[in-house]
Amino acid sequence: MSIITRLTVASTALGMTAGVAFADCPVTSGSVRILANDFPALHAVVDNAEACVGEGAEFSKNHSTKHNEIQVAALTANPAEYTTKIVANSSIVPLLNDGLIRPLDDLVAKHGQNLQPNQLIRIDGKIMAIAFMANAQHLIVRQDILDQVGKEVPTSYEEVLDVAEAIRAAGIMEYPFAMLTKSDWNLGEEVVNMYLGHGGEFFKPGTAEVSINNEQGVATLNMLKSLMEYSNPDFLTYNTGAVTPLWESGELAMAVLWGSSVGGLIDDEGSTPEIVAATKPAGAMTVAGGATPASSLWWDGFTIASNISDEDAEATFIAMVNGISDDMVMANNDKAVWLMDSYTPGLAAEGVAAAASAGANPYPMLPYMGLLHSAFFQEVPDFLQGNESAEQTLADIEAAYTAAAKEQGFLK
Amino acid sequence: MPHGTFARFIWPSFLAMILFIALPIVSVAMQSFFVEHEQVMREVENCGPFKCTTVLQVDLEATEALKADAPLGRYNGLGTYTNRGHLAFDEVSEIWAGADSFGNFIAGVYNLPFYKALFFTLAYTFVVTPLVIVFGLLIALGVNRLPRVTKGPTIFASLLPMIVTPLIGGLILFWMVDADGIIGATLQIIFDDPDLSLKASAPLTWIMLMVYGVWHSTPFAFVVFYAGLQTVPSDTLEAAKIDGASRFQQVRYVIVPYMMPLLVFITLMQLMDNFRVLEPIVSFSAEAKARSLSWIIYNDLSGQDKLFGSAAATSMLTILGVAILLTPVLIKTWRDFNRRAV
Repeated sequence: MSIITRLTVASTALGMTAGVAFADCPVTSGSVRILANDFPALHAVVDNAEACVGEGAEFSKNHSTKHNEIQVAALTANPAEYTTKIVANSSIVPLLNDGLIRPLDDLVAKHGQNLQPNQLIRIDGKIMAIAFMANAQHLIVRQDILDQVGKEVPTSYEEVLDVAEAIRAAGIMEYPFAMLTKSDWNLGEEVVNMYLGHGGEFFKPGTAEVSINNEQGVATLNMLKSLMEYSNPDFLTYNTGAVTPLWESGELAMAVLWGSSVGGLIDDEGSTPEIVAATKPAGAMTVAGGATPASSLWWDGFTIASNISDEDAEATFIAMVNGISDDMVMANNDKAVWLMDSYTPGLAAEGVAAAASAGANPYPMLPYMGLLHSAFFQEVPDFLQGNESAEQTLADIEAAYTAAAKEQGFLK
Repeated sequence: MPHGTFARFIWPSFLAMILFIALPIVSVAMQSFFVEHEQVMREVENCGPFKCTTVLQVDLEATEALKADAPLGRYNGLGTYTNRGHLAFDEVSEIWAGADSFGNFIAGVYNLPFYKALFFTLAYTFVVTPLVIVFGLLIALGVNRLPRVTKGPTIFASLLPMIVTPLIGGLILFWMVDADGIIGATLQIIFDDPDLSLKASAPLTWIMLMVYGVWHSTPFAFVVFYAGLQTVPSDTLEAAKIDGASRFQQVRYVIVPYMMPLLVFITLMQLMDNFRVLEPIVSFSAEAKARSLSWIIYNDLSGQDKLFGSAAATSMLTILGVAILLTPVLIKTWRDFNRRAV
């Protein structure tokens, strides 16, 4: 089937089923080229955006888990390889740093009447992205196992240790707990979350100088190490792809996972009805008596490339606004925690909603945060394996970050 | 051969070598002397779905102007080579000054990322290379004695590890050595230890990576040796037999000396290949236990913040490392060549 016929079929299908959501749809000129991460919620958004692209306009998409690796090169080209990149609060930073995405104020004024004010990501007063979903890591528990040991759902990491010990003592599981501790980006995220929970500041205010070698830093590392006592010794290889099958096969009683993974755990695939029925999302937990949850809030949103024609930018904006339309939300309600008004929070959303309402911090949107994140996962495995002291690890993190930040020009 | 003929004969490959080998290396070397421009930053207010915060953000126009003036970046000389991520001169001398024993000094240096990776890389190279040669030779000798009918299929099966893409082969083994995988579970039963995990302990991870390396590279050595075996002169071997040489003595005093040039060739190739070990570390998710020089380069260049200068410096140091490793073998080859020429 040629591209033209496919587009015709798509637009006819739209006309028949969903109705035309916006007066602007379908776009009939310009080009819409989308680069996005690869998970079901984003498939829903991109498919709906595609439905808005009519005859006469071009459409292409690329869902890739390696989206962050190619985004800068792809958008630096002129004209850019993609007209829109779906970003999160960390992946927008390199695009901002190089000026690869354009301010959206005009387009929002023209076509964005249905957007909520909290969807508009403003940087220095200019709208640079339109957020449409939220995500955060939070606890998931097996209610049946908690009942067996007579414990409440933990609300702090200290209680997790307590419950895990009870489960182990009762001989139910040797390693009842897991979190995403693979020694790559995942482990860095856990350190960030735990440090935020301890109320730590990553940098000296107003500078790019790191300051994590402090009491909160030590407490963060020690808590992670204590938790890993109750996680399988393979924990340094655990990412979402490794932990969800363990959960579905009933080998875990408590896990800290992304909110966006919960939908997959409570559907009727890959697990037994008993495990699914007992799987309950809980809120993000606090640590060390703090009030802020030890979790960071994330948003996903779309941006529009700088290096494209205004016509393409407008076509893309209209298509993407249709991609996050109310029809899309209603048809895909449980795939994500949507920020749009038409969203009805379901079971899968409880954890993220709880984290947000408990006042969790957004993941820091700083140009040099990525370097610190890398330093975390390069150095922390040494500590978790018991090779060195917490102070030594923190000093190593600071040294690794400083070397990288100097090379990138953030520090002198 | 007259020089003119030689020149006409060689120039296409010479040109290709300049274009595809020399120039990229020069470009990487250039890159390693530069770092990113100073990022001009200013405070801005960012508002998201959750809250507003005042943060530092890169000042685009000011930074663009710097970039336009000097597109390569800031000249840093050998600064990248000597920083903590690489040779770490300052850190090493500090550790030397602060260490009360030689053991402490070594432990301190081992804590630095470059030296840690260098240590694993060298260990991997010096364990895997000899094993590959020994196993390759043994398999070749074994296969050579097989009856003609079974030779073909055996050779094909022996080549399989080399045919499988390294990353895929590594991933397959990764899941097999998982505690629930066939190898992992079998080992747990054999050693009667339900907690035994090849992924959890550093020494076992190293052994696993090295076993993988031997498994993957042995077919290469085998094929080369097998081809060499077909050319061993049968009259010399028969003479050795008549003199009463045992099977081992035939191998030791006839076959191995005859195949010495092949052995040197395989050693060269294996030293180079093993020194840039990367795939097994990635597919075994072994980054926490074992990092190689190539892994450092890979890590610098993946993810959203790319450290080009750092990666370039590590690349140059890797090339230097390969050169040092190969020097003894090359000197030996050169001497043999000269001796033969006389």
